[in-house]
Order: sequence, then structure tokens, then C-alpha cells
Amino acid sequence: MDVSPQNTGNKPFPGEVHPTAGGGILVTKLDEVINWARSNSLWPLVFGTSCCAIEMMSTAAPKYDWSRFGFEVARATPRQADVIIIAGTIVNKMAPVLKRLYDQMADPKYVIAMGACATSGGPFFYNTYSVVKGADHVIPVDVYVAGCPPRPEALLHALITLQEKIRSGVS
Amino acid sequence: MIEEVGTTEQGDLVINVGPQHPSTHGVLHLVITLNGETIKKVEPHLGYIHRSIEKMCESLSYRQFIYVTSRMDYLSSHINNHGCALCVEKGMQIEVPARAKVIRVLMDELTRLASHQLWWGAMAMDVGALTPFFHAFRERETINDIMEETCGARLTMNYMVPGGVMADIHPNFQKRVKEFLQFFRTKIDEYDELVTGNIIFCSRMKGIGYLSPESAVSYGCTGPTARGSGISCDIRKLYPYEVYGELQFDEVTVAEGDCFARYMVRMQEMRQSLSIIEQLIDNIPEGEFQAKTKAVLKLPKGEFYSRVETARGEFGVYIISEGATTPYRIKFRSPGFSNLSALDHMARGHKIGDLVAIMGTLDLVIPDIDR
Repeated sequence: MDVSPQNTGNKPFPGEVHPTAGGGILVTKLDEVINWARSNSLWPLVFGTSCCAIEMMSTAAPKYDWSRFGFEVARATPRQADVIIIAGTIVNKMAPVLKRLYDQMADPKYVIAMGACATSGGPFFYNTYSVVKGADHVIPVDVYVAGCPPRPEALLHALITLQEKIRSGVS
Repeated sequence: MIEEVGTTEQGDLVINVGPQHPSTHGVLHLVITLNGETIKKVEPHLGYIHRSIEKMCESLSYRQFIYVTSRMDYLSSHINNHGCALCVEKGMQIEVPARAKVIRVLMDELTRLASHQLWWGAMAMDVGALTPFFHAFRERETINDIMEETCGARLTMNYMVPGGVMADIHPNFQKRVKEFLQFFRTKIDEYDELVTGNIIFCSRMKGIGYLSPESAVSYGCTGPTARGSGISCDIRKLYPYEVYGELQFDEVTVAEGDCFARYMVRMQEMRQSLSIIEQLIDNIPEGEFQAKTKAVLKLPKGEFYSRVETARGEFGVYIISEGATTPYRIKFRSPGFSNLSALDHMARGHKIGDLVAIMGTLDLVIPDIDR
């Protein structure tokens, strides 16, 4: 459905934010409020291909507990998720599936590449014929996490970094 | 490629589960043919996490290739490393010091406990109970801390090397393992109270996914999957390696062959692992933790095979050497691959909701299957 003003008979569409020349004080402040709200309730997609998925589960578990930062609502369907944490290696056969999952997510959507494999291919960079050397060949990535697998603290740091990015309006 | 939802000529519904699905524990793709809600056929499609590990190993030296094997069955990474180290030692005829042997067995059993704890939490989550997941991970973190102190990593340790272990155990190791034993003895009873006797859980498990002993053998099932059908296949008992021959423990077999039997096997295996650790923790011999080996390992020309019992079954390493510093060919026999092949046989005739329970009790780790 096209919701541009000429098609809706200039009637304001609910929730529509009109761009103003130079950015009015109201709009920028509204953006800030929306970004702040978004950053505190990010729903991750349950997506794990290999070892990093276990550390992602550890992050969700009692000791590290990512619900302190608003991530506890892990969704199994991409249509309800805000952030996809690529936990594990992406191989050639999985790449189209990852692309499809990303396309199915509703905007605004964010991506965290967790671990060396999702960042660059990691330990599977050399001598292998089937590994995608970094998930950013397939979908755009917001935050990269180093480690094989990263500690839960590293993933928490990445999640907090993503929140800061969203709040500052960069991402 | 992904097949679309459709119907067959007989009017059966064909649906896809995965590769992105929470109950497949990774990226397994199942094409299921349904007659109403009843499963007629399950066809697993593999390869979504095929990382060509066997091919990679051909260009890595005998010290280097161990690290990729921790990333295959990452829940029992110590035991994978152990199998590879055993095979290289067999070829090189390296005698492992007594201290290293005991440390290896201790680490194996701690890994088995951690793996079964995670399985318990994940499987209960599959059949609809969310609380066990949090209980399981609370205990698992204790083991992770012990591992981290000694090995330096939480999950993929690469601690076993040809000739022994990478480093000596941490001074706190024995104290912390004893604390853990005491702590977990009470918790495992809590596990039973929470899940095992639960009437909803029992009715979802009992009589579901029957695997007869004959089919378990013909599909090549090993580990708790086969022992749940009454087959005695524990490598630790049948072909003892390291110090397993001198230890007092029982091989757990349950004859029923259904999901509940496989569940009970793993629950009792946790108790057996606790008893093995208890026997060894005060009896770690003094001495070297690593045998003196050459800087560059060269296996003599020939073929070598070794096997170990991971948390999922028999893990085999088959090396063909041409006498060079790298293997000519490596083949891993992973337990998950054979156990998965029995899924179709077990699931036929059951409702689609039971498929999740059956897969939960198979304890699949997909990178272990695809490699």
C-alpha cells in the first residue's frame, strides 16, 4: 500500500513521520524517543548454525541473562524479530537461506555477526571450499564480535553497542 | 534447494521443517510427508553447515588438525580431540603419561555431564517446558568455569594434544570439581523431580519413537540412542581406552526403545559420570602431563583407526598416512549421522508433534553430522 501524501489524499497516515526541511525540533525529538524505545526492546531471532549458538544460549541463561537489556523475547520467526544474531559459520548452501530470513524481517532490522566465522570465515578461512568468508558477503552487518566462540560477555557488549548505535541514530 | 509446500499425487501434504527452525537444534532441513497429522515419511536434507572439515585436515599438520575437530561436535569437544589424539598416538606409538590419562578421562566425563545437561534443558524446551533450560544452564556454567580455569576456554578447548594434554591442571581444579560433585548430586535429583515423573512429559515420551534393537543395529545407531533399545555399545566398556578399564561403572541400557528409554539412559549416564569423576579426582597420579614428542609429527605409512565414546555415541577417526607431516585422508565417523538416519524409521506413523520429541531424544548436533 502506497502511503505517500498524494495517494492518501493528503490525509495524515497514522504514525507517518513527514520529513521537514532542515529537520524541525519536533521531528528530531520524536526520532530520539522512537530510537530510545527501539533500542530497549530488541527481539532477537533464534538463529544458530554452530558452536556460537551454545554461547548465545549461555547468554540467555541465568548467569549472563540478556533480558537485563531487553533481549529476552527470542522469536523463532523472522517476521517478529528485530535483530538477527548470526551465531556460527555460514556456508554456501546456507547463504541464500540467510538472505531470505533477512528479507523476511520487518524494518528496522539489525544484524550482529557473532564470532570469527560470521565475521570473516575465521578458522575456516583457508583450505575450505564451502564456507562463506564473512556473513557481510550476504547481508549488511551492524556489529561484529571477535572470538571463537566469543564469551557471553563479548556478545553482551555487542548487544549494548548495537543499542548505543540505534540510540545515536547511526544505525 | 528449498522445496515449496505442496501435495503429492496421493493427496498427502509435503511440508518443510528447517533449515531455520528452533527444534532442529541448528540447521537441519526436514521434508515431511503428512497424511493429515500423521507422518508418512521424513527426509532429512543435510549440508547447511558442511564446512569441509575432512578436506581441511588434509592440509593441516597432526598437531594443527585437532582444533577443527572441537568445532564438529562442540558439545563434546574434549572427547573429539581425545579421539584424534588417540589415533595420532597409535600411529606414532607414543606412550601417554599416567597423569595425562587420568586428566583426559576426568575432562571427558565433565564434558559428557555438560553435554547431557544441555540436552536435558533443550529437550525439555522442545516438548514445551521452559524452566529446565534455566536449571540446566545454571549447572553447566559451573563446569564451564572449571574448564576455563584449566583449559582457557569455555566451549572449544583444544586441550588434548598428541602425547598428553596441553597444560597441567589448575591448582584449584580438584577443589572445584569436588564442590561441583557435591552441588550436582542434589541437583540431579531435582532434575528427576522436575521432569522425569511429570505426567505430561511421560505421556509425550512413553511409547513414542520406538526403535527395535534390530533396527538400531542395522541403522548403525550408537550411544544413548542404541542403548535405549537395549544394545550394549559403550566403547568405554567394549574397547576400553585410557583408564576406563580400571574403573567401576555400569553401562546403562534400557530395553524399551522409546523416547522415554533414551531419556532414562542419559539421566543415568549422568550419575555414572559423577561416579567416575568421584573415583578419579583424588587419584590423579603425579608426573608429567605430556609425553616428550618430536616437534614435527610424522605418521608412518599406513592406516590408523581409533574410537571413543562421545556424549552421542561412537566417534571414530580414520587416518590414512603416506608418511608425510599431513594426513593423506581423514575420515570421521560421527555418531549423529547414523543416529539421524533412523529418524524416518522412528517417526513414521506418529503425529507431527511427536517428531520434535523424537528429535529431542536423538540429541542431534548438526555440525557433527555435516562436518
